[in-house]
Amino acid sequence: MTTDKLNIQEFLDQDQKKDLLRLLTAGSVDDGKSTLIGRLMFDSKMLYEDQLAALERDSKRVGHAGEDIDYALLLDGLKAEREQGITIDVAYRYFSTAKRKFIIADTPGHEQYTRNMITGGSTANLAIILIDARHGVITQTRRHTYLANLLGIKHVVVAINKMDLVDFSQKRFEEIKNEYAAFVTQLDVPDVNFIPLSALKGDNVVETSDKMPWYHGPSLLEFLENVHVSSDRNFDDLRYPVQYVLRPDTKFRGFSTSVASGIIKKGDEVMVLPSLKKSKVKSIITYDGELDYAFPPQSVTVTLEHEIDISRGDMLVHPDNLPRVERQFEAMLVWMDEKDMNLSTQFYIKHANNTTKARIDDIRYKVDVNTLEKSNIEKFKLNEIGRVVITTTKPLFFDPYKKNKQTGSFILIDPVTHNTCAVGMIIDKLSSKNLPSRITDTDKERIAAGKSLIKSDERQQKLNQKGETIWITGLHGSGKNELAFSLERKLFDEGASAVLIDGSSLRSGLSRELDYSPADRAEHLRRVAHICKMLNDQGVITICSFISRNESLREQVAEVIGKDRFHLFYMDASLEFCKENKPELYVKAENGEVENLPGVDLEYEVPQNAKLVFKPEENENNLDAILDYLANNKVFPIH
Amino acid sequence: MNEYSLTNLRELEAEAIHIIREVAAEFENPVMLYSIGKDSSVMVRLAEKAFYPGKVPFPLMHIDSKWKFKEMIEFRDNYAKENNWDLIVHYNQEGFESGVGPFTHGSKVHTDIMKTQALLQGLNKYKFDAAFGGARRDEEKSRAKERIFSFRDRYHQWDPKNQRPELWNIYNAKVHKGESIRVFPISNWTELDIWQYIRLENIPIVPLYYAKERPIVEMDGSLIMVDDERMPQELRDKAKMRKVRFRTLGCYPLTGAIDSDADTIEKIVEEMMTVTVSERTTRVIDFDQEASMEQKKREGYF
Ligand SMILES: Nc1nc2c(ncn2[C@@H]2O[C@H](COP(=O)(O)OP(=O)(O)O)[C@@H](O)[C@H]2O)c(=O)[nH]1
Ligand SMILES: [Mg+2]
Repeated sequence: MTTDKLNIQEFLDQDQKKDLLRLLTAGSVDDGKSTLIGRLMFDSKMLYEDQLAALERDSKRVGHAGEDIDYALLLDGLKAEREQGITIDVAYRYFSTAKRKFIIADTPGHEQYTRNMITGGSTANLAIILIDARHGVITQTRRHTYLANLLGIKHVVVAINKMDLVDFSQKRFEEIKNEYAAFVTQLDVPDVNFIPLSALKGDNVVETSDKMPWYHGPSLLEFLENVHVSSDRNFDDLRYPVQYVLRPDTKFRGFSTSVASGIIKKGDEVMVLPSLKKSKVKSIITYDGELDYAFPPQSVTVTLEHEIDISRGDMLVHPDNLPRVERQFEAMLVWMDEKDMNLSTQFYIKHANNTTKARIDDIRYKVDVNTLEKSNIEKFKLNEIGRVVITTTKPLFFDPYKKNKQTGSFILIDPVTHNTCAVGMIIDKLSSKNLPSRITDTDKERIAAGKSLIKSDERQQKLNQKGETIWITGLHGSGKNELAFSLERKLFDEGASAVLIDGSSLRSGLSRELDYSPADRAEHLRRVAHICKMLNDQGVITICSFISRNESLREQVAEVIGKDRFHLFYMDASLEFCKENKPELYVKAENGEVENLPGVDLEYEVPQNAKLVFKPEENENNLDAILDYLANNKVFPIH
Repeated sequence: MNEYSLTNLRELEAEAIHIIREVAAEFENPVMLYSIGKDSSVMVRLAEKAFYPGKVPFPLMHIDSKWKFKEMIEFRDNYAKENNWDLIVHYNQEGFESGVGPFTHGSKVHTDIMKTQALLQGLNKYKFDAAFGGARRDEEKSRAKERIFSFRDRYHQWDPKNQRPELWNIYNAKVHKGESIRVFPISNWTELDIWQYIRLENIPIVPLYYAKERPIVEMDGSLIMVDDERMPQELRDKAKMRKVRFRTLGCYPLTGAIDSDADTIEKIVEEMMTVTVSERTTRVIDFDQEASMEQKKREGYF
């Protein structure tokens, strides 16, 4: 960097416009990572002379590079590792050129340092994967590439180093390139580039080298200066996870955070999660004046038109573009703790400015980071990676990590040591058949162990019925309760043993801590399903009328009860009918006093697979239809 | 660059504001350690930005070794007053009363008692659970590995081998009673970034950073300024006026000046780009031993 050509004023004005590139370097021991970084820093002339003097002094004392300057010593900071001669943690290094500032996360290569590489790579836009030209693609290369890809790093530079030791051979370069290219197609890295270089001698590091005239691409530094990364962020989906509520006086209420993704504009209609309340962006405030819009990663403060109760962890989004709001999801998890994973631990989970509790419900598989093979294991040890199912106490507002790093990433904190014991990248919510309330194999064993001595056909003979569940779904006020109550009476009169599971009495007892949020509605139904299951096991018919607003909830219920014991009926009433029939809640919902009412501010999914569909006006016929159905299906009576 | 991209400085600024707000949200009793230096000045401005238009919800604490330059103390008091900061000044009273100072006790003892011990006393006295510091990773090798949220045990010690993984911008703020976190919001800034930002934002800094004629004594090759009569008479007698400035600020007998004509930020940067000595070498304490900063950090000093 020369200052003499420019005057200093111009230099500073230009320098001020630089952008920032964060990069990760990975390679196995002795591939030349530290040498390469040292060279980049040295050649970009940002090293002060006294650092150089110290370096020369150190090189003579503990260096491993013979008479050459050992650039690696610039980087290997802490005493212990300098003595061992290896990099054992993530070291951050800085240098800049006229075009860009660079932050390098220098991480060690051994498999036992996978967590360090994960740490260093989490914020990187780009990864440099070093290969020793003599050794070609080795196990470590595959592991490093897999990890970079797991972290969602979009740009990879494969730096084929020590070309001086293979006579700058084009053939060798092409061999390695082809081998790597064949392997990387298994993963979906969007941008892969190959550069042959010699970190020690400086070929193709800063200047393109005349020793490899067959190579026509840029030098490493040229590439780093020009690679386009600003569009790697998600500018589409507004996620504004409130970090801090700013309340300097009673009049001002601002919601501060750095924009996680998408663009927030003054005047935008926004919805608050989890309350689902809507408002408009009144202003976007910064110390340097108001903005018309803000984008990631700007840190701003937003005020809204309406006075809404919003706390840390709530999220502002555009109403037509919602994240997942769920308590269960699948994720790729990296175990970072010396202590093994314990599946019965209730961890803290920190995600998008929210902290709540979480459990690991299930391990789907572990990935062997060297071969990419999957296997089943009971628990993770340090540095192990795999796919898990996680359930949280409060719903999280997330997107798949692939779509949105900011809302797709989380950490797990050990409740006792408070160490960050794992980090995760969300794949997505569970498909309904994978919801945790599905009966797992272990559950099956447990249930089998406690098997009753009365066989189910004995019960059926005695009661002349099968213990199964009649499930009526429909909007609030659709008349499904009336049908359920009259059905119970009718079955009793005909001699059946049937129990009506009444939502409001469960709500005041068994489910009394639950509210009407989507997550709690789901939990409520899970409990109902287990009650039905127990009663059905005793041979008793259960009659349930619950809104059960979507397919995944109903499927979850069916799965607990047993699909062949679950009979779904649908009370098909128009919203107008429901409002007239039971106006109270609907009026409240329209006034904003009640929220999460299916049909109003929560979607109701009409079932496509109902065994019978009823109209509320035809209650008498409906009853007969059910009785016929039960008889035809030999639920009651059997004979 | 497209319309949705930030410059390096604005990205660093956004990151620092995020970190500062996170601490205010997660901790019960945070404090911002204020050294009166240029890095602190930047950090303090970032805190003002983070909570604008509100007031910053935590105090500043200056650990006064009682040997700071007079201009620093003056600057500190004016800045806090004008900007309505809640300022705590703490010093090691026992050390002060027994007359500990660099001329009589040497730099090592002085630094330990009046800086490290004083800091730990201050943190314990107010039971702070988080303390911001203005350290940068590019300053010194052992800092290059330190986390932004750097965990300290109940004895304020740092264990470089046992750092919490720190990913994305998700910071682990969980501590048990008595434990704490040191937070470094400007970890990713370089010295040039700091000067650029001071220039861009017009941030006031202590005038000692600018070159001026000052009374200077040469001691073991360092240019030491005569700031008060506690400097032994025989040294004071040797003082000569020299145009100098300071690259870092600390205790006046321990902070060497450099000969310089740079009396504007632009000239400082120009000098910096060509200068032959990197920043910390003007701080005498670093010469003590190889990796001495790492040792001090383990003991609780920043
Ligand atoms: N001949 C040659 N040697 C190199 C090159 N790059 C690094 N080395 C040497 O390889 C050894 C390991 O380098 P180092 O940077 O410490 O590797 P790291 O373990 O990946 O950080 C040192 O002796 C270097 O001098 C290169 O391009 N050519
Ligand atoms: Mg190394």
